Amino acid sequence: MQNESNVNFVRQPSADRFAPIERKLAESEHIERKGMTAWQHVRHRLVSNKLAMTGLVLIILIVLMAIFAPILSPYDHYSNDLENANQPPSWSHWFGTDDLGRDMFVRTWKGAQVSLFVGIVAALIDLAIGVVYGGIMGYYGGKVDEVMNRIAEILYAIPYLLVVILLLVVMEPSLTTIIVTMSITGWINMAWIVRGQIMQLKNQEYAMASRALGASNMRILFRHLIPNAIGPIFVTLTLTVPSAIFTEAFLSFLGLGVQSPVASWGTMLNDGINAIQNYPWRELFPALFLSLTMFAFNVFGDGLRDAFDPVMRKSS
Amino acid sequence: MVRFIVNKFFFMLLSLFVLVTATFILMNAVPGSPLQREKATSPQIQKNLEAYYGLDKPLIQQYGVYLKNLLNFDLGISMKKRFYSVNKIIEDSFKYSLRLGVVSIITSVTGGCVLGIIAALYHRRFLDNLAMVLAVIGLAIPSMVMAPVLQYLFAVKVRWFEVAGLEGPLDYVLPTIALSSVSIAYIARLIRSTMIEVLHADFIRTAKAKGLSGHVIVWRHCLRNSMLPVVTYLGYLVAGVITGSVIIEAIFAIPGMGKFFVQSVVDRDYPLIMGITVFYAVLLMVSRFLADIAYALVDPRMRLYSSKAGD
Repeated sequence: MQNESNVNFVRQPSADRFAPIERKLAESEHIERKGMTAWQHVRHRLVSNKLAMTGLVLIILIVLMAIFAPILSPYDHYSNDLENANQPPSWSHWFGTDDLGRDMFVRTWKGAQVSLFVGIVAALIDLAIGVVYGGIMGYYGGKVDEVMNRIAEILYAIPYLLVVILLLVVMEPSLTTIIVTMSITGWINMAWIVRGQIMQLKNQEYAMASRALGASNMRILFRHLIPNAIGPIFVTLTLTVPSAIFTEAFLSFLGLGVQSPVASWGTMLNDGINAIQNYPWRELFPALFLSLTMFAFNVFGDGLRDAFDPVMRKSS
Repeated sequence: MVRFIVNKFFFMLLSLFVLVTATFILMNAVPGSPLQREKATSPQIQKNLEAYYGLDKPLIQQYGVYLKNLLNFDLGISMKKRFYSVNKIIEDSFKYSLRLGVVSIITSVTGGCVLGIIAALYHRRFLDNLAMVLAVIGLAIPSMVMAPVLQYLFAVKVRWFEVAGLEGPLDYVLPTIALSSVSIAYIARLIRSTMIEVLHADFIRTAKAKGLSGHVIVWRHCLRNSMLPVVTYLGYLVAGVITGSVIIEAIFAIPGMGKFFVQSVVDRDYPLIMGITVFYAVLLMVSRFLADIAYALVDPRMRLYSSKAGD
């Protein structure tokens, strides 16, 4: 054997160059790196995703501006000042003024308030209904699941925006109406996500253990299963926000949503479109910030999904 | 397979029935009569008008008449546009929407596929990053922002296209881009992620080992398998094009159905709202139904599953 290894040009260290290390029992089980919990992994993956972090920073900035800009500005969003109508952006009016002389800077951030409010509240309502409905579907299974799923399918097949428009024709247009109408079919997606998760989780050992200890169905579902499905739920929640913001802007653009003088990006876009030739800034700023907000939420939601689901990440 | 189709068809009808009934209830729940005018009309005229529109009968009977007329594809008479039936309005306006819609759907699918394939083939290289940045931006810019921006840049600043109307083939360019940018982005991302997965599949390695050329592998083997999610998305694409067209037609002053829909909502012209809603709903549900069947036909696994499970 030794001769053979000498023939090879590869240098093979001989055995006598090695010295045994003293074995320390106490340290043999020691792991140099600190263990990471699942949540730490998620956070690590999220923080290292530059695009998602850009989205998060943008969201934070937009929220801060929406809260503080209207308070700190000397103008308000509804007072007319016809002598200063259609002013281009300047030091006194950063984003210019509209046809009634209202400050576009304040109106843009008031619009952000409306959009964020609608987006977040609609997402939370979807969350509440979707988690309960989907949780019950997934947990009980069988006939209950079949009937509830069929109801959801029938509702889902009805075109969403048509229902919203129909309801808005009937009800007084207001923020509340928009949110209520959006929630009528908006929760179904969330319900299906939760259902899929619960079906996977309900036969896990900890659920069985809890059942063996005599926990009630509701306790198992809401204390054990739902918290373990929080990842996909949170991702869906984040991605619901931009679609709700879009729907609000869409409806307000058509004149079915928020009514003047309340500023909404949709109504501002609709106002600005007739003036686009001569006063393009009236269209530019709501357009820019609507797109930025949707971009930020979409990118952050994508990043969250990648962070929660590393298997998906590999292929995409 | 047959059972799968029958099942889907049955549930499509059920959803449609729910929508039709809901529409009827909603339109009748509105306070005040649609015949009310600012000027007071004499009771006799009011009565005659009600009789003409069938509003004097009990509600359940009105519902029956409404359903019967629907089955005969009769959507009633517009209350604001005198002497126009809803059918006539839809007939006149739908051709514009249809043309624009078909052009945008074709643009979305081809544009999305090209972008997605390029991104997948150049995975994690410059072209991939560029395509995906474009896709993310495309997803974030809604049509009511895209349309005026395009209009401003290419019809007002640079006079390449007309600001409004839908006459010549050039007029289609801007509305089509505005209408399909979101779905191009969506399809590109869809194609890219499935294609990357397919490119690593065993049968592609076999194809390479057999010595097939790159083109054959990409077009015959990869693309066909990556198209599956796009087929499912087609049903939703139609929905997107319809809702988008409502805005695009208003901005580009195209006399299509979306424009009339908005007009009817503003005017509170209930028969027209109901008629267009039902028409849109049928269009959407049928296209989703067809997409489901197409999916089952394209994917052999689905066919096998459905013949066994009957769903």
